Amino acid sequence: MTQSVDEIFERISMLIKPFNKKNISISKDTVFSIDLELDSLTVMDLLSEIEDEFDITVPLNMLPDLETVGQFTEAVQKLLSEQ
Amino acid sequence: MTQDLFEKFNPILNSYNSIPSGENNPFTVSMEKVLSPTTAIINGRETILAGTNNYMGMTFNEECIKAATDALMTLGTGTTGSRVLNGTYNGHKNLEETLKKFYDTEYAVVFSTGYQANLGVISTLAGPKDYIVIDADSHASIYDGCALGNASVVRFKHNDPENLEKRLNRIRRDDPEAGILVVLEGVYSMLGDQAPLKELTTISKKYDAYVLVDEAHSIGVFGKTGRGVAQEQDVEDQVDFIVGTFSKSVGTIGGYCVSNHPKFEVLRLVCRPYMFTASLPPSVVASATKALELISNSNLRSKLLQNSARLNNGLDDAGFDMGTTGESPIAAIIVGDQKTAIAFWGEMIREGVYVNLALPPATPNGLNLMRCSLSAAHSFEQIDFMLEKFIKVGRKLGLLQSVTERNLETA
Repeated sequence: MTQSVDEIFERISMLIKPFNKKNISISKDTVFSIDLELDSLTVMDLLSEIEDEFDITVPLNMLPDLETVGQFTEAVQKLLSEQ
Repeated sequence: MTQDLFEKFNPILNSYNSIPSGENNPFTVSMEKVLSPTTAIINGRETILAGTNNYMGMTFNEECIKAATDALMTLGTGTTGSRVLNGTYNGHKNLEETLKKFYDTEYAVVFSTGYQANLGVISTLAGPKDYIVIDADSHASIYDGCALGNASVVRFKHNDPENLEKRLNRIRRDDPEAGILVVLEGVYSMLGDQAPLKELTTISKKYDAYVLVDEAHSIGVFGKTGRGVAQEQDVEDQVDFIVGTFSKSVGTIGGYCVSNHPKFEVLRLVCRPYMFTASLPPSVVASATKALELISNSNLRSKLLQNSARLNNGLDDAGFDMGTTGESPIAAIIVGDQKTAIAFWGEMIREGVYVNLALPPATPNGLNLMRCSLSAAHSFEQIDFMLEKFIKVGRKLGLLQSVTERNLETA
């Protein structure tokens, strides 16, 4: 099952909605900690949702490199392609 | 970009600087004199200690003090060496023997703190190709143990067996050969809730994972001989490693891990937080050994849980928003915002009750808590005094309705 980056981005954007308290528009450049003002625990909660949505394992070790929605999207695509 | 190493701390410093200074500041308080396991002089006032984790009141136990004093006088103030370099005395070995007896296990290793026990065991057991699966609400020492090691770290929803299973299932599906260590806690310290160990260990074993249970807040408190929640829930045979601390029920400092795994002792050769730090001083080792003997034969557990129920029920009846249920020695009320929580703490200390101000990220779900940890050494009078002060401050700060408001409502 291959998914385009855009499809993955759309699905991740849906998952971000409940965390998007200020209702800002989400782009691939959106930074979790700054634009969405999410603390590290909340980012981990979001990560959990993403794991379940795509049925993949995303180790916490990857989080330091995943600052933006775009980086998250690429990581998910890579993990899906490795399955 | 900046060269200033401290710039990143500006938000936390700004937030800290907004806290009132003086005796209302929870981060600068100190005890002038400690009178007993439950009382101290703070700001010149006799104060009830309501948040010490001194569950058994062991800090002033006469037998423990005698054992510690004897060791201090005969063996000196410290070992000045690590466990592997001139820091292992007979006392350390004797303490490990006592732990083996206490837990009925083949092996026991003593660390210099509970934090280091988690740091050492977790970071060492799980290597680069392995997985550590942790509860979302795990203690900082568990998160830090993960960070120190090289394993892949996966987090499951707090106390949620189904959520754990999803994750274990995925790991096994993608990597049938991976070593997996599931890390759980007997009692979670902030909200005092127990882990459903039966469900969680059954699922872990289904996927051939090892299970580690941290009993820091449950040793002495649960189980028929005080071993903790694994004993209480009758799942000890499903648990591969138990980690714990001497800094709560045991009344001193130090950490340990016990296990029946035949190769467990290799940790002494490979575990850096065990090897590269000084071992516990002889007096600490002696009082810990004595306290463990006392705990397994004590009836303090029921008194402790009665105390907890009394405070939890009292706070609940008064109308506070409760974080805890009284199933463990923790009693915590939820306070809406951080500013009120800090003010609440300041009012309580001036009323003569020292509670814990617990704020995110140390707390789950972003909660601001006024947290108490009960002791078997608390008298009912002391608990009623705490309760009276909680209610007084709760009304003053508008967390509880005033008496007149209540009367109007019921009229």
